[in-house]
Amino acid sequence: MVTGRQAWVDWEWVAGHRPLILDLLREHVELTTLAVAIGIAVSLPLALAARRWPRLYPPVLTAAGVVYAIPSLALFALLLPWTGLSRTTALIGLVGYTLLILVRNIVAGLDGVPAEVREAAQGLGYRRARRLARIELPLALPAIVAGVRIATVTTIGLVTVAALIGHGGLGQLILDGLNRDFRTPLVVGSALSVAMAAVADIALLVVQRRLTPWTARG
Amino acid sequence: MDFLVEVAAWFNDRANWRGETGVANLAVEHLWICVVAMALAATLALPLGLVLGHLGRGGVVAVNVSNAGRALPSFAVLVLALQLSSIGTTPALVALVALAVPPMVTNGYVGIREVDAELKEAALGMGMTGRQLFLAVELPVALPLVMAGVRTAAVQVVGTATLAALVGYGGLGALVLLGLRTGDTVEVFAGALAVAFLALVTELGLGRVQRALAPGPGPRPRPQRVRFVDDRGG
Repeated sequence: MVTGRQAWVDWEWVAGHRPLILDLLREHVELTTLAVAIGIAVSLPLALAARRWPRLYPPVLTAAGVVYAIPSLALFALLLPWTGLSRTTALIGLVGYTLLILVRNIVAGLDGVPAEVREAAQGLGYRRARRLARIELPLALPAIVAGVRIATVTTIGLVTVAALIGHGGLGQLILDGLNRDFRTPLVVGSALSVAMAAVADIALLVVQRRLTPWTARG
Repeated sequence: MDFLVEVAAWFNDRANWRGETGVANLAVEHLWICVVAMALAATLALPLGLVLGHLGRGGVVAVNVSNAGRALPSFAVLVLALQLSSIGTTPALVALVALAVPPMVTNGYVGIREVDAELKEAALGMGMTGRQLFLAVELPVALPLVMAGVRTAAVQVVGTATLAALVGYGGLGALVLLGLRTGDTVEVFAGALAVAFLALVTELGLGRVQRALAPGPGPRPRPQRVRFVDDRGG
């Protein structure tokens, strides 16, 4: 239990553990980046298939929704018998949570492309694949990036829970603080995790504005 | 496959259901704290979000509060709440309420704001007062979106309550955590199944309520430019 007046942050501890903190920060960034990248790689074909065969869309959404509703600790635990306390377990769980957000936003983004634009592209002789790559995906980009932002921020938070299976990045600091009843690591871990989410969110927004200059207001 | 047989055997063993750390008692504990947290959070969040929506004030705060909530890991909230009180029910309850409030404030606000302006004008043209407009027009029209916020919050609360065992509250998460500590994979898996079941029942049950409140077929999924419908962290 918390005893006496423990300071929230013991800066000496922070200075002494800089390599550890940076290491865990790097792990956190890696896990998040990998999970979101794999999530996009899985969601894009799913979304395209759902648009080509609309009957697929409801079952895909339902399946992704079921995964999304399962508490993270439970999802990691359900993977244990197969992938053990490995990084793979953490990654599969994290990727699973991105699917609902990403598939829904990609489909919605592509649906939002005006029919006239699509017809004009067709009239200009664009085939399906080229039309998708050159016209539809770029126009859907703001909605897609909006999804990637939510997925990224969510994943950063969920990585901390993976500390319970030994791959939690900054969550490892939070768990350590909890176990040793020592506030400094848990405050540092929480603060860095929140800061990381904010930085990632803003960075992705900036990237999106650069990629789609036509959406800029003004 | 042998493993799943062991899990089935675990559930078949009456001893695992009874007593203070049996599945039955832990499930009741789990649900109880969720219900209390949701009741407290709804009492705080819904009036706030709905009234702000009606007055059209505080929109920036109301919409961004759930984005900020998303960035705050539930695990961190729980452990930080433990620093403010002693081990047991209080920190778990504080954390759950803190996590449930943002999506309900945001959806309450956005739900009321998104009510068709023409509809509101028509109501005012008919001579309705602000209060009548709110109760008879805005609230019913906003109900599905408000309910979506309640559902999001509830699913998150059920999920985060799993972690409450970390701060000394029981619940089904206790099985998972105890199993992890003792290396009992069967117990971990059984606990996780129970938790997943509870979360899915919550999600699907409230989804049904939400659809029942919606007039006609639901709207098409839209890009989440305004991000309020989903939230996760547990």
